[in-house]
Amino acid sequence: MIRFLFKGIIRDKNRSLLPVLVISIGVFLTVLGSCWFKGIFSDMIDVNANFSTGHVKIMSRAYADNAGQMPNDLALSEAGQLVEELQTAYPGLEWVQRIHFGGLLDVPDEAGETRGQGMATGWGIDFFSPGTQEPQRMNIPGSIVKGALPARPGEALISHEFAERFGIGIGDTVTLFGSTMYGGMAFANFTVAGAVRFGMRALDRGAIIIDITDAQAALDMADAAGEILGFFRDGRYDGARALQLKTDFNARYESETDEFAPLMLRLNDQNGLEDYLALSESISGIMIFIFVLAMSIVLWNTGLLGGLRRYNEFGIRLAMGEEKKHIYRTLIIESVLIGAIGSVVGTALGLAAALPLQEYGLSFGSAVQGGGIMMPEVFRTRVGPEAFYIGFIPGLVSMVLGNALSGIGIYRRRTAVLFKELSV
Amino acid sequence: MKNIAILIFPALFLFAFGLAPDANEILKKVEENMSSKNRVFESEMVIHGRRGKRTITARTYSVGDKQSFTEYLSPAREAGTKMLKLENQLWIYSPATDRTIQISGHLLRQSVMGSDLSYEDMMDDRKLTEVYSAKTIGEEVLDGRKTYVLELTAKVDDAAYNRRKMWVDAERYVPLREDLFAKGGQLLKRTILSNVQQIEGRWFPLTIVFKDMLKDGGGTEFRMTKVQFNQDIPAYLFTKAALKQ
Repeated sequence: MIRFLFKGIIRDKNRSLLPVLVISIGVFLTVLGSCWFKGIFSDMIDVNANFSTGHVKIMSRAYADNAGQMPNDLALSEAGQLVEELQTAYPGLEWVQRIHFGGLLDVPDEAGETRGQGMATGWGIDFFSPGTQEPQRMNIPGSIVKGALPARPGEALISHEFAERFGIGIGDTVTLFGSTMYGGMAFANFTVAGAVRFGMRALDRGAIIIDITDAQAALDMADAAGEILGFFRDGRYDGARALQLKTDFNARYESETDEFAPLMLRLNDQNGLEDYLALSESISGIMIFIFVLAMSIVLWNTGLLGGLRRYNEFGIRLAMGEEKKHIYRTLIIESVLIGAIGSVVGTALGLAAALPLQEYGLSFGSAVQGGGIMMPEVFRTRVGPEAFYIGFIPGLVSMVLGNALSGIGIYRRRTAVLFKELSV
Repeated sequence: MKNIAILIFPALFLFAFGLAPDANEILKKVEENMSSKNRVFESEMVIHGRRGKRTITARTYSVGDKQSFTEYLSPAREAGTKMLKLENQLWIYSPATDRTIQISGHLLRQSVMGSDLSYEDMMDDRKLTEVYSAKTIGEEVLDGRKTYVLELTAKVDDAAYNRRKMWVDAERYVPLREDLFAKGGQLLKRTILSNVQQIEGRWFPLTIVFKDMLKDGGGTEFRMTKVQFNQDIPAYLFTKAALKQ
């Protein structure tokens, strides 16, 4: 019977063209929209995790209270020992020390005096330990516009925009001027090894990235770190696991009154990411709901029109003795077939649009900056396994729902007046 | 009641119409004590931070309110760091990097060495009478000493603080306390001046406690351990070349 109905759909274009078109468009929008929002939220969460929050982050309590100001005078001391303890207690995570600092980046002239200067955000990360994942985590190799990763202590990466603004070349010297952990003046010269562009306005305006040991030396932070970040080894953030970890870790220090005692926060607790995570998890459901609703209304209407057009056909079939129930069932099966065709076409179109956007993305420039959340300038779609089936839900449900509603009219036909209606 | 009124009203009248010295006269006398042709002093700055206290020693040469040269002597990490102020420009030299860096813009509002003093505080030592218009708003006894309370309101746009309240020792004409306010009326800093001594014929406070009211911590104590006025200071000291020597 399915074969028979399928032939009917293919041969009678009037019966199938408009619904297939509607479903294809709806499914296309569902697939593309779902991939788009998934991509935006995932990128935003990844960027924040990798650059700022980790999956969990440990700071001193005093530092956590003013974390936005990068208060390294309130940093964690004996950070090396704490990391060792964390590695033993929680081996499922990779623990890394970071120093996030602000300072003045000064470019000298030939006489060693100021030729140009600008404020910079700085990171001290682990460049040189064997097997370090830090450069990859911050996508530094992929962000290098010229030069290379620092190969030895005393070398730094600076933002490409800053380098261009002051005509800084590879091998040139820049001086970092800031505050030490104890409030003193911090001066350190660095040789520029490369220039990076992250695609994030806040970072690209002025940034310096150095090895953590260089940062510790420059900022008088021997065996100290502003932040210790933990990343789940599978690279995926697990909110429930992070909560368990946080509760367990913080319980160890509950009785301490020292403002420099460590405190763990999870990704949700930082930069206002809680709401974004919730939205990210429900975005597919929201998209499906919107398109099921919208398309069902359109297809209900289309079904009603089809029902009118096929009024005679249904009448003849009833007159020939076919049961109303059977006609209704064939109508539903027909709608499943049309829904499936539309869903296949719409999914194919959606994927065709989403895949290039996953690779190249769309740049929104500085229009998307705001709040404490780090936002990428280039938004990309994310095509996951879900993208291959998500469109079938609105595609099939809306078509079946639309036809089920419009097909109710079949039960209103009275066989007693059929021949009169058909003018036989 | 009638008797009290008879006593109070004439007192208020006398205060308002001239018995209390004119505020500008008070300020002028304060400046005669505090300002000099030039000055050489050694100082200890004790910074009470959240991680404990630390002491920084320095030697400073200054000429009027336009030129100043400071060399930090200790602790070891800061030793040899030099700071030069010429008019409204400021340079810092670091021997560790052999670099001279100019400090400008909003960096001037940053803390000096983690203290409660900003670079701007150090820069803005113009005569008070040039920057503020003053009025006497009362008299108070502070630590057993009679003081005139002055209210200073900025009359130039680039004043570091919009309003200052100053308690001036009524006998020695030295400020004993100052509250510094922002334009919106918020109290930003408080300074307490003490250990007032007569040096070369002038009264001078040798200890000043600065407290940034927006910052945690116990404030910064600035003690002058040796002060000399009107010395022979070589002019080359106030050049950028002197920073590297």
